Amino acid sequence: MLLNFLGVLFDGLAYGMLLFLISVGLSVTMGLMGFINLAHGAFAMGGGYLAVTLMNAGWPFLATLPVVFAGTAVAATFFERVFYRPLYRATSLDQVLLTVGLIFMAMAAATYIWGSSQQPVHLPEYLSGQFPVLGLDLSRYRLFLIAIGGAITLALVFGLERTRFGAKIRAAVDNQRMAAGVGINVGAVFQITFALGCGLAGLGGALGIDVLGLDPVFPIKYMVYFLLVVAVGGAGSIKGTLAAALLLGVCDIATKYYIPDVGAFAIYAVMVLLLLLRPEGLAGRRAAT
Amino acid sequence: MSDGRDIAAPRAAERWRGWEIAFWAFAAGAFFLFPSHLVLASHILIAGLFALSLDLILGYAGIVTLGHAAFFGAGAYVAGLLARAGWGEPVSGLLLAATATGVLGWLTSHLVVRGHDLTRLMVTLGIGLLLYEAANSAAFITGGVDGLQGVEMWPLLGLFRFDLWGRVSFIYTFTVAFALFMLARRLIHSPFGLSLRGIRDNPQRAQAIGIPLRARLVKIYSFAAALAGVAGALLAQTTEFVALEVLSFQRSADVLIMLILGGVGLMYGGFVGAAVYLIAQDKLAGISPTYWLFWLGAILVVIVLFVPGGLLGGLTRLRNWIVYKRGGGA
Repeated sequence: MLLNFLGVLFDGLAYGMLLFLISVGLSVTMGLMGFINLAHGAFAMGGGYLAVTLMNAGWPFLATLPVVFAGTAVAATFFERVFYRPLYRATSLDQVLLTVGLIFMAMAAATYIWGSSQQPVHLPEYLSGQFPVLGLDLSRYRLFLIAIGGAITLALVFGLERTRFGAKIRAAVDNQRMAAGVGINVGAVFQITFALGCGLAGLGGALGIDVLGLDPVFPIKYMVYFLLVVAVGGAGSIKGTLAAALLLGVCDIATKYYIPDVGAFAIYAVMVLLLLLRPEGLAGRRAAT
Repeated sequence: MSDGRDIAAPRAAERWRGWEIAFWAFAAGAFFLFPSHLVLASHILIAGLFALSLDLILGYAGIVTLGHAAFFGAGAYVAGLLARAGWGEPVSGLLLAATATGVLGWLTSHLVVRGHDLTRLMVTLGIGLLLYEAANSAAFITGGVDGLQGVEMWPLLGLFRFDLWGRVSFIYTFTVAFALFMLARRLIHSPFGLSLRGIRDNPQRAQAIGIPLRARLVKIYSFAAALAGVAGALLAQTTEFVALEVLSFQRSADVLIMLILGGVGLMYGGFVGAAVYLIAQDKLAGISPTYWLFWLGAILVVIVLFVPGGLLGGLTRLRNWIVYKRGGGA
């Protein structure tokens, strides 16, 4: 019983780490610009497909990851310049419509190029199978996910709190006009943050093929989860996002495991409740408007 | 969204224009013009009514929602389940669906009107998904993914049987859509409707002149929910079937697209958008559903970036431009 619970907890944490990797960029960009970007999941899907394509070309799994990160980031820079930038000052409705349009195009393009079926992933030998810890058989791949998620969290926290660029981001999130007033180029900060955030999403999409699956409906299927992580964690807060992602991951796995009949219903109910009780997110930063 | 003239001169805006009469005359004339496409015409009217209900809250009250299909689907299920339970009288079914979705709208409106755009978006999305999952899980009532079957309607007013060609359906749908449009039009041009636009354009100032923000938004949200419920009930009654898809996110997105395509905050945008959307879908989606989705996305992106105001908004600007050119030349 206890072992069982620990197993669920472990799976939930690995799943939560993936949600964190994908959502953290969304959280920071939403906190920074208040841009309602529903298409964030499309970048994650793009990363996943890039990884699959490279692996089909004979690349080893680990070698694809840096390429996926860089490739998604470059693509995101292009999209930011062409589509997102004209709408920073636009209404939420326009932002929603634009990003829903981008989702539809991404889904159609993915179906056209890769077909509508789930993509298989071939994990290397050292990442597949189980790893016994204190009588508990833990999946090596999920351990790997948690390790990588932890490492990236540390890097992000360090980057945000100890570097000059991180200070600029924090200043811009807290008070954009003031930051611009003291000479920070908020537009450039946003562009780089957007690219890095989408790169992380792409990485998350590639790492998540084995756990989340990968098919053309990915951006819509997980859209609510990413938005939920951001809304609950509070836009612009890394620690809040991490806490929300892990909480959501564990809750989702636990409800699916213990009460499968209720399924996704529970998550949506919790989401509506949380939004009502804490409209500003758990961390309580300013709401993205 | 609006150019402000309708606020400046509410009495003049309330008068029926020539093109409005022409629009409805054409819609009624579709019965004789396209006798072999009456089913599609009914679907356009239903989708138009649904889009009109979205226009009331989005275009006039400024509430962004991603879960409007919740009310459409709820209305469809209420009407469908009522008919399957043995009461197939259409008009009372419609009334019951309107009441039920109105109450549902009133209940959820309190969750929606608080909070900012992002919160509203998430709450409406969450409620929509919640209902979808509920209908999916309660397969013993709703039929789940197989859809609700065995819906049998009685003749309209006890006289006219619903026929295979959709003649009675079309007249029924047209009458209901036109009556509700008149009601909505009256509402929008009333002081109540003007106060909604005030809230949309400047909430702080609206509050300062004594408009009760939340109470107004709650009312219009409930009313729009009831309209959406009627649209859903019409679909269930005229097709005698309810698919689970009526509650899906795709349907919420579709109605948003139709409204944007036609033009937001113009009353007619929903109907025009629904006509263009459904006819295009009828012609194109048969060829390739994938391409359809791609072009749908492309149209959205293009409209947002280049054609604010949709088709009707673009036409209005074109007309103003021509008038301006003529005036400048003379």
